[in-house]
Amino acid sequence: MHVPDPSDFQHGHFAHCESGVLVNLFNYHGISLSESLIFGLGSGLFFCYLPFIKVQGMPMTSFRSYPTGIIRKSAKRLGIKMKIVRFNNRGRAMAALDELLARGQPVGLQAGIYWLPYIPPALRFHFNGHNLVVYGKADGHYFVSDPVVDRPVTCSPDDLMRARFAEGPLAPGGKMYYPVEVPPGPDLGPALAKAIIDTRHRMTHIPLKMFGVSGIRYLARQIEQWPRKFGERRARQMLAWIIRMQEEIGTGGAGFRFMFAAFLQEAAKMLQKEALDEISEKVTADGDRWREFALSAARILKRKIDPASGYAQARDILMDCAAREQDIFTSLKKAGF
Amino acid sequence: MNRKNVPQDKGLFGPWHGINYAVDDHGRYTKVPSAGWAPQSIANELSWEPFREAAEQAGREFKNGRKSPLAYYMACHLMDAALLARYVGLPAWRVKRHLRPDIFRKLKPGLIRRYAEVFGMDTDELKRGPSAPEGPLPIRQES
Repeated sequence: MHVPDPSDFQHGHFAHCESGVLVNLFNYHGISLSESLIFGLGSGLFFCYLPFIKVQGMPMTSFRSYPTGIIRKSAKRLGIKMKIVRFNNRGRAMAALDELLARGQPVGLQAGIYWLPYIPPALRFHFNGHNLVVYGKADGHYFVSDPVVDRPVTCSPDDLMRARFAEGPLAPGGKMYYPVEVPPGPDLGPALAKAIIDTRHRMTHIPLKMFGVSGIRYLARQIEQWPRKFGERRARQMLAWIIRMQEEIGTGGAGFRFMFAAFLQEAAKMLQKEALDEISEKVTADGDRWREFALSAARILKRKIDPASGYAQARDILMDCAAREQDIFTSLKKAGF
Repeated sequence: MNRKNVPQDKGLFGPWHGINYAVDDHGRYTKVPSAGWAPQSIANELSWEPFREAAEQAGREFKNGRKSPLAYYMACHLMDAALLARYVGLPAWRVKRHLRPDIFRKLKPGLIRRYAEVFGMDTDELKRGPSAPEGPLPIRQES
């Protein structure tokens, strides 16, 4: 591994925090890969709807795999060894960060987004699964490369410490990570196949109704009952929550579906498999349907449509998304993934 | 989504942009910055509603002496007693008791300081409470 210099660190602006952090960290260590490739290699695409787990009082819904899953899986498949450390002492956590920075090592951190002052106020909820890179320190400020913002920013030690020790679900516990062994020119062929198969399994082979394609159908069936079960107001808030998970927090659009399509396109080129290009187009069309779902939901939220027909329409679109994703994964299997 | 259709409805991101993945005219994927999208903004706005209402109510209850200032600042930071309890390392039932003005007034300075530290504020300010509690949420922003 070459000896790094913090001024070499290049900030790249990406859709998603976890994949974006990795692109920036790997790039610093001489491996340049795209965000969609890392997202795909980390089997980031997923769906689950878990109404019995509440996040800020709302049913847990996710369009991606569990936090740090992308980091762990993509690094492993690329043969990159990551050091991942957690702390129970704030002072030690900050000292360990400073020590790495002094050695010229940019460090990935998990952080609570609520405490980060450069994040626009509208996005500052208690969400603890955010990721960023700290790549230097001077004049009592940390240099922060947050992949979901346009430019590098600075952050005071106090704010950064609060974010690292945010509490509640997914509490980061001071978690930091960085590559310790980066092999030059990893062999992507087997890694890509493994990642696609893993994604397909998680989307179609979990025998529970809350996960994968069945999870989308489950949500579709539930959504129609929301106004009756929870009342109009609560139903609208729950619907707003789904849209936020799908579109707001760094998904690249359509709940990571477009990023997955971009990944398949790259994989098609690398593996010279035209079938993947065709499947990528299907994923794009599926993503477009998810965007229509968001538009249809927005009409309900703005009371521009009668709720009964609005929720029925939302259900129909979701059912269509589920059918499309079922077809996508069947096609992937036929293509040998 | 074609890159020409990437929405640019200014909204949540302030000075920043979100990245969208979209295809060019040849069907190749590219990264396109987006200033925001209306459905995104509508959904986000609606999500703030319950928090805003909780903060306003806590402000009113502080004003008419039914709740402690702690209850108000807790609500302003979008927390409930359970989350605040994790931050100060106390059981939630104790934090709930501290939301009562009579009990809050008798708290030891050390405990007040722990609460004040969570909110990044002065202990006197926390003890005094807000002067204009119905105002916007005093979340710390980049100065």
